[in-house]
Amino acid sequence: MAVKDFIRERFFPHIWCAGCGHGIVLNSLLRAVESLGMSKNEIVMVSGIGCSSRISGYLDFHTLHTIHGRALAFATGVKLSRPELNLIVPMGDGDALAIGGNHFIHAARRNIDITAIVMNNRIYGMTGGQFSPLSGCGIMATTAPYATVDQGFDVVELSRAAGATFVARSTTYHVQQLTKLLREAILHEGFSVVEVLTQCPTYFGRRNKQGGAVEMMNWFKDHTTPVGSKAKAENPDLIERGIFVQKDLPEYCKAYDQVIERAQKGK
Amino acid sequence: MKSNVKFVQGNEACVEGAIYAGLKFFAGYPITPSTEIAEALSARLPQVGGKFIQMEDEIASMCAIIGASLTGHKVMTATSGPGFSLKQEALGYAVMAEIPCVVVNVQRGGPSTGNPTHVAQGDVMQARWGTHGDHAIVAMTASNHQDVFAVTVEAFNIAETYRTPVVLLFDEVVGHMREKLVIPAPGEIPLVERLHTSVPGGVDYHPYLPREDGRLPMSDFGGVHRYNVTGLFHDMWGFPSDNPGVVHGLLRHLVDKIENNTYQMARYKEFCLEDADTVLVSYGSSARSALHVVRNRRARGERLGLLELQTLWPFPAAIVREKCARARSVVVVEMNTGQIMREVKAAVSDPERVFLANRIDGTLITPTDIRNILRLIQGRGV
Repeated sequence: MAVKDFIRERFFPHIWCAGCGHGIVLNSLLRAVESLGMSKNEIVMVSGIGCSSRISGYLDFHTLHTIHGRALAFATGVKLSRPELNLIVPMGDGDALAIGGNHFIHAARRNIDITAIVMNNRIYGMTGGQFSPLSGCGIMATTAPYATVDQGFDVVELSRAAGATFVARSTTYHVQQLTKLLREAILHEGFSVVEVLTQCPTYFGRRNKQGGAVEMMNWFKDHTTPVGSKAKAENPDLIERGIFVQKDLPEYCKAYDQVIERAQKGK
Repeated sequence: MKSNVKFVQGNEACVEGAIYAGLKFFAGYPITPSTEIAEALSARLPQVGGKFIQMEDEIASMCAIIGASLTGHKVMTATSGPGFSLKQEALGYAVMAEIPCVVVNVQRGGPSTGNPTHVAQGDVMQARWGTHGDHAIVAMTASNHQDVFAVTVEAFNIAETYRTPVVLLFDEVVGHMREKLVIPAPGEIPLVERLHTSVPGGVDYHPYLPREDGRLPMSDFGGVHRYNVTGLFHDMWGFPSDNPGVVHGLLRHLVDKIENNTYQMARYKEFCLEDADTVLVSYGSSARSALHVVRNRRARGERLGLLELQTLWPFPAAIVREKCARARSVVVVEMNTGQIMREVKAAVSDPERVFLANRIDGTLITPTDIRNILRLIQGRGV
């Protein structure tokens, strides 16, 4: 199946700004899905609210565009009630880790078989450029005219600590790697997280004098390195890319089948 | 004793009603005084091949049941005041996206943490207007366990028929009180199952295009029709739209499908109304005290009657008007500051003859409380 067969052309053009990285994530995701040869009927995409969350409407899967921060909670209901479906949940950084932070850590703790994609552009784009829990310190935003004093989360460390059994990171510059990671994440049985550093030239780039989309993507090239590389040892400020966690633990829906078995034995 | 006769709490009667109706998925979070519903379902659902999940919070519970409903299952969550507040945004999503689901609120005293282990009926208006924006909602209640069971089954039937969330507005006394429950035989109460589309795969399916009878057949997630579900105003494909015609049409549809069927959804019971010159209007555990007063006063020759409402929303104004038409006075008996009284005043031709007998201190309103109000109305002093 060609990549374009996954798209609802009726609903284009999309709402994203010129230079936005979300389209690259979409491209990468569709190539990953295509390479897996999955049927469109087996895939449910659940999203919340924000620029990134509009991704679901453009795709020819079962799509559930929900409320701000709660996509993983909706997805948990879909998955547990029909475990044979594949759940993909694209979220923005504010959606996933500010308002949705509680659902994020608990979905990870349960190890329910859902693929969470955190499209991290370090800003609330749809509302016009407010700082997010992933902006980090010293960032200019419409709600931080004197620069942020808030520390940011590290998505990888947070996911690992919360119990996610697959955790990876890449960027919109490293699109081949991103496709491979998304493929691995979807194949993984358990809660998988892929953080994608993506550019918002309209709000983050402009306010923080990072240039346009090209300059921002070059920044991803220059400031990231493969996980465990020598470069990281020499320059701790580099952001690592690749797979950080990949382990087998009981998946939630499978574990619940044992509950059903025990309950029915007692009957 | 026959196995279908039980001595249970009201919360358990609700659980039995839900299982009877075909509940297959419950998501919840512990909260007094509704916790027994989650506890009982954690045991009962896996026995019938269903799923129970304890979520991380009240919001997540509401969201999870909406997700599960889309895969074709009958779903429910249960909570009390603070949790009901937290669920409101997702409840509105279920209204907008037209997702069948049942939300139980076993009322306790509020506002805020209030009086968790005591009775109140202060969430009547929250059930009506708790979520933001213009909308319609269905809310039902009951005063005894046999009715809790029946109303719970009815809530699932209405949710499926009209593709809507239905709120079950019980209260702490009904939830925790123990009394007899007779479980009806299968088929004794008719069940409404999910209406699935007959459109075959490969043909364009419109999830939000009503049939001639107004109903919207659904297609399960995972089935042959892939479509979009959103909380934004949307067209017949479920795709976002801010076209004024689409927005107006959808909002009218959401309100009309409930309000235009007020009579079909109206459940109520009446006691001695034929010749009553004083009509008590009540619901939930308050109606138990009201009924006691009616029986007691009738024995003394007073012409007292009771209209017990089981459907609170959409408010059955025409029925209330008709039942109260011949009464010299109407006394609304409830445990709040007059939330249903205002609706009754708006329904009857002469609001001046509507009075309130209430109690708002966390204890059950007593027959004496009601009798004292009756004496005041009759000019006899307390």
